[in-house]
Amino acid sequence: MSELALTLLRLGFLFLLWVFVFLVVSALRRDLAAPSSSPVAGLAVAGQGGPRTSRRKAKQTASKLVVIEGNLSGTVIPLGSSPVTMGRAADCTLVLDDDYASSHHCRLYPHENAWVVEDLGSTNGTWIDRTRVTGPTVLAMGQPLRIGRTVVELRT
Amino acid sequence: MTDPATAAPAADSSDDRPGRTSNRRNVERNLLALAFVIGILAYATVDIVVLGGLSPDFGVAIAVFGALLVVAHIGVRILAPFADPFILPAVVMLNILGLVMIHRLDLADQLRAQANGTELPRADAEAQFTWLMLAVGLFVLTLLLIRDHRRLQRYTYTAALVGVILLLLPLVPGIGTSINGATLWIQVGPFSFQPSELSKILLTIFFAGYLVLKRESMAIVRTKVMGLGIPRGRDLGPIVVAWAFALVVLALEKDLGTALMFFGLFVVMVYVATGRRSWLVIGAGLLVIGGLLGYLVFSHVQLRVNIWLDTWSYAQDESFQLAQGLFGLASGGLLGSGWGSGYPQFVPFAKSDFIAAAIGEELGLTGMFAVILLYAIVVERGFRAAVAVRDPFGKLLAVGLSSVLALQTFVVIGGVTRLIPLTGLTTPFLAYGGSALLANWITVALLLRISDRARRPAPDATPLTEVQAIDVAGGDGR
Repeated sequence: MSELALTLLRLGFLFLLWVFVFLVVSALRRDLAAPSSSPVAGLAVAGQGGPRTSRRKAKQTASKLVVIEGNLSGTVIPLGSSPVTMGRAADCTLVLDDDYASSHHCRLYPHENAWVVEDLGSTNGTWIDRTRVTGPTVLAMGQPLRIGRTVVELRT
Repeated sequence: MTDPATAAPAADSSDDRPGRTSNRRNVERNLLALAFVIGILAYATVDIVVLGGLSPDFGVAIAVFGALLVVAHIGVRILAPFADPFILPAVVMLNILGLVMIHRLDLADQLRAQANGTELPRADAEAQFTWLMLAVGLFVLTLLLIRDHRRLQRYTYTAALVGVILLLLPLVPGIGTSINGATLWIQVGPFSFQPSELSKILLTIFFAGYLVLKRESMAIVRTKVMGLGIPRGRDLGPIVVAWAFALVVLALEKDLGTALMFFGLFVVMVYVATGRRSWLVIGAGLLVIGGLLGYLVFSHVQLRVNIWLDTWSYAQDESFQLAQGLFGLASGGLLGSGWGSGYPQFVPFAKSDFIAAAIGEELGLTGMFAVILLYAIVVERGFRAAVAVRDPFGKLLAVGLSSVLALQTFVVIGGVTRLIPLTGLTTPFLAYGGSALLANWITVALLLRISDRARRPAPDATPLTEVQAIDVAGGDGR
């Protein structure tokens, strides 16, 4: 085999290897960006056959629930159109690893373009700022919701 | 390649799940196909350069390997449909590079045997290929048997017991064998197995299960020294036990790498579980003390350190391997000699311990960086799964499993490139060695299982539409 062909093969292989790496990395970047940038589009599809417009408006106000304090700090739960339950039980959407939380502590559900929080009879209570949640209460964007030693808030 | 997000087939859209959470299995398929093509190219280049034509079983090998990829991919599609789409292609790419390099070294050995008129050595690539088939089988079996990683938490202490027994098994007279100074293998009949590879998974399960229970107390801080919270004395127990255990392994099995890996793993997991930096400092301190003790007591540790610091004085005898590896890396330079054009066979154990040097010689720094990036991708995706999964046990398990791969890669490639003293560990997925291959594919299966959990759009099996209906009515959604 000629020198030239060998060199081409050698460089071509390295090129292809890097193409592979770059393809992985670029697909991976899309993957990283997905939860923050495209949920609106994604959930619009999910809303087929339902009260689509109202749900989409709800999305524009909050697209994710972020844990800002506590053991799970940094966890992000993408919000869809289904309610989110929080507590220590394994069947909750957000399973809290928090001794001060009850097994089914509270529930967050979308209602008329807003997210409403409801305490599920927890021992230590659910708090918005320093007020204890007694009935269904609207949780505004960025308002800290305290469950035991965990604090979560809604983000766009 | 088509953009998988837009080219999602009808099968996906018939699902009631939104496009965003499309499981991206097609990305995985495309990447696997590309890896396969790159592999064929590498294999063909080696054969053409070394033999002047394709080897007789070229077609068979390609076909079987392709079938293997299909099995793995379909296995993931069925058993873990939402698993991370990047881990498998990156792992397959590494495996391909390893297999081709082993085959290339086989050819070099055969040519040398022919020239010397001695008996042809057996083809290690064939053995490795057989192991790979077994490993992919185990990979699918793991996905099949472990449908929920949280079930592993039940076996916390069983895993610890079995893991420790496996680790100490080579010391049992009769079945344990020493190869090249380290007592790491067990020999049963014609089969030799390196049980420490499997025990790394079991001990990671144990660490994760144990720390989920104990991390609260281990995070408690009483006194502060120089801005670092020092944990309570009684919480220091486990880390001291882990440290002593690592030293025992080091002493009895003469294996620096495994000891380093286990201790590093424990420190990383304690740090992740508690979030206290003081554990890192304590771990580093214990590592230094352990290293010094090892250096003073064991002659093989002294030797390793000496040939690391002063490679060239020993270049003809003790550090011959390391020096040859460095020569190889140097002659490879930036772009490498190309497949089949270098002399990686001059390095002793080029197929196992020093496969990184062989890759560096033939693919150059450019190829070496690509390999390291592939490892980084696997580890990053593992950490990503840890961040995304919702249960603490899964988080710790994913961190632990990815950390094992990261630590192993660092220790081996660091050793080969003379960044740290050379220790005997296998380069994950690349190096020749059946037990390591099996264990690493099980690791990958567990990571995919955890990421499948993490990325699954509806955490509960409740049909989405039902929840919506109840929700609209304003009733109880649970």
